[in-house]
Amino acid sequence: MSGEIVRPYGDTTGDGMVQVSFTLPIPHDKRAEGAALQLAKKMGMEPALLVHAKAMGPDFTFFVVYGSVTHLVDLRDVTVVEREFPLLTAKDVNAAIKSRLRRKLVVVGACIGTDAHTVGIDAILNIKGFAGEKGLEYYREIKVVNLGAQVLIPELVEAARAEKADAVLVSQVVTQKDAHLHNTRAMTAAFREAYPAGTVPHLVVGGPRFEEGTAGALGVDRIFGRGTTPGEVASYLVHAVLPTKKEAA
Amino acid sequence: MTSRRAPLLDLDPAQVRRARTLARKAGKPVVDLAQAHTTVSVERATLRLAGLAGADHERVPWVNHLVQAVRDEVGLEHGVALPVWDALRRGEAENLEVLAQKSASGGVHFEIPSGKPAARAAADARKDVARGIRTIDRQRATRDRLIKRHGDPEQRPWIYLIVATGDIMEDIPQAQAAAREGADIIAVIRSTGQSLLDYVPEGATREGYAGTYATQENFRLMRAALDETSRELGRYIRLTNYASGLCMPEIATLAGLERLDMMLNDSMYGILFRDINPIRTFVDQRFSRQIHARAGIIINTGEDNYLTTADAVEAAHTVTVSQLLNEYFAKEAGLEDWQLGLGHAFEINPEVPESFRLELAHALLARQLFPDAPLKWMPPTKHMTGDVFRGYLLDGFFNLVGAMTGQGILLVGMMTEAVVTPFLSDRDLALQNVRYVLNAAGGLTEDFHPPRDGFIQTRAREVLGEAIDLLERIGSDTSSRGTAYPQPLLSAIADGTFGLMKRPPTRGKGLDGVCRKAAGYLNPAVDLLETGETR
Repeated sequence: MSGEIVRPYGDTTGDGMVQVSFTLPIPHDKRAEGAALQLAKKMGMEPALLVHAKAMGPDFTFFVVYGSVTHLVDLRDVTVVEREFPLLTAKDVNAAIKSRLRRKLVVVGACIGTDAHTVGIDAILNIKGFAGEKGLEYYREIKVVNLGAQVLIPELVEAARAEKADAVLVSQVVTQKDAHLHNTRAMTAAFREAYPAGTVPHLVVGGPRFEEGTAGALGVDRIFGRGTTPGEVASYLVHAVLPTKKEAA
Repeated sequence: MTSRRAPLLDLDPAQVRRARTLARKAGKPVVDLAQAHTTVSVERATLRLAGLAGADHERVPWVNHLVQAVRDEVGLEHGVALPVWDALRRGEAENLEVLAQKSASGGVHFEIPSGKPAARAAADARKDVARGIRTIDRQRATRDRLIKRHGDPEQRPWIYLIVATGDIMEDIPQAQAAAREGADIIAVIRSTGQSLLDYVPEGATREGYAGTYATQENFRLMRAALDETSRELGRYIRLTNYASGLCMPEIATLAGLERLDMMLNDSMYGILFRDINPIRTFVDQRFSRQIHARAGIIINTGEDNYLTTADAVEAAHTVTVSQLLNEYFAKEAGLEDWQLGLGHAFEINPEVPESFRLELAHALLARQLFPDAPLKWMPPTKHMTGDVFRGYLLDGFFNLVGAMTGQGILLVGMMTEAVVTPFLSDRDLALQNVRYVLNAAGGLTEDFHPPRDGFIQTRAREVLGEAIDLLERIGSDTSSRGTAYPQPLLSAIADGTFGLMKRPPTRGKGLDGVCRKAAGYLNPAVDLLETGETR
């Protein structure tokens, strides 16, 4: 076996041993145990050893199975999709802003148009955060101005200017009649009109219904989709907004 | 609740008294401020007590329409009771619902009555609102009766489990299964962001995001299902939901009407973690807590949030300060000790040396400062990494602290915290963990006496000392003296004294829903809650 082909390691090279646990929606009896072994076999575990089975109420059974998997892993076939920026911890984000920007990074956020769904923008900005990650308010070196819902585009532009925003985050949840697309285009046009060329703050839009790859067409710098966490946005801002070390020096 | 044994920590009683005095000193001016204001949600809750429910075809509740219509025409500073019941008397509509419907299209004229018409409108309003208050009283009596019939859990702490599918029809069988597996309290997590909605959704809901909407109908369905399960198990299963947010007064009211048993209700959570306006929060909080007091609901406070946003050792005293403030605001609103589920959490980094002893010290401090409160002990979340095996061990140690320090309510930790919503098997394993620890070590409270001036005693005293220092700093915060909001607690909140969040009283969500009361302000709900009267 060349170094490119590997199997799981239990306690001996090449033994292929794994352990899995799962629940089947059937009562615990001999048949249930047989069913668990059948599943293990179909998952490629051969031989499989049923080490634990326990009834959870009258209708469910929990199993722990150990066994050797027949599958081989070919490392040459592993492809990794790289995001264009590294994920940073809050500490690293703060440190990067401090050393490269030498002042706080200003982020202005809003839901524009008639959209009253602040769930998205609040998940990213509120200190409460999302998916166990704290929002951008938590970052010592980021100044967050959350304008809330139903913000008019001129208000947003005005606030961005008054706060000297480095980045503007806009959330759009309502998608009736493509409202999210119209609003976004209107917003980017307004920014381009109000700012001299090359000085427009970084424009980021987020929502569950934006298509990847349409950032250019909408005039924004980046689109974030469903499930985006505050940490990803913060890391992205460090990557996209901060001057590189050379420029700063 | 707690046995009156000799205290385990040698705290200086003068220090403890001092801490409470300082909390009162910080809280009192804010209570005065709260009493001088009303909010759209307080007024909507009053209409809900009078029986106004339902929503239009776009699911905007009628209470929102009616309060908005009154506000547009005569303002809110007199409350909605006078103009609304005056309009009914003048025959603008035959009942509240029709009045709300007509007002939605601008077809009702409102005015602030005076003299005899005002007295009559006030009497009518009081009669209708009192009906809602009596429903709450009846629900409380029903709860007492059911607890007597089915019994309380055999053990302390009570076991608190969360369901959160987003679909009330899925939640119900899950909640019933959890109760059969040993849960004493079921909490239905709300849909993400409901705390920021300025209205309460209507009806049974089947689509939530990471949780299920809190609605009156969902409350009713779940309570009915758990009543059935309580009968089956011979143990009264308590139901919990969340009041904190922009609609605190209304959700508290619906909880009282539908006999929920516990409600998350923190005095500052909305301000600090959701950027809700401080005045709005304090006004709403007071009314909602008066309702909880009346309804016999146990409140749960949110001190766990302080520890997930800051270091649990460095910020330990902020938990104590928050508990003291929550206690002051709760008692001022009429809640009794047995209703104070003050929160704290097991969130110290397990890599910190002696982390378990520090946790014991913090948990004992809370236990001893609030001997008659059913403290709510919350599991690790911040240091749950996705290594579920390590997480299971951490939850075991969390359970052990709960058992050793006599906590009242134990929120069951899941090893899949921060990974996925718990599998059925995760919940089963988590309950086995709790049961093992309580069986094996539940009696350890008898043997466990940290030595005088040992590590635990010293640490507890240190945290109390830091809490007193912080309360003193809050009380002497004069940075906003001479402004519209000179209350020291408000300036402390504005300065970022709590965590990293600066929340000035003139900013934040829901500020436009706050209104200063005029001299003739009338709210029969507030009157009935303050006096305890039923008619």
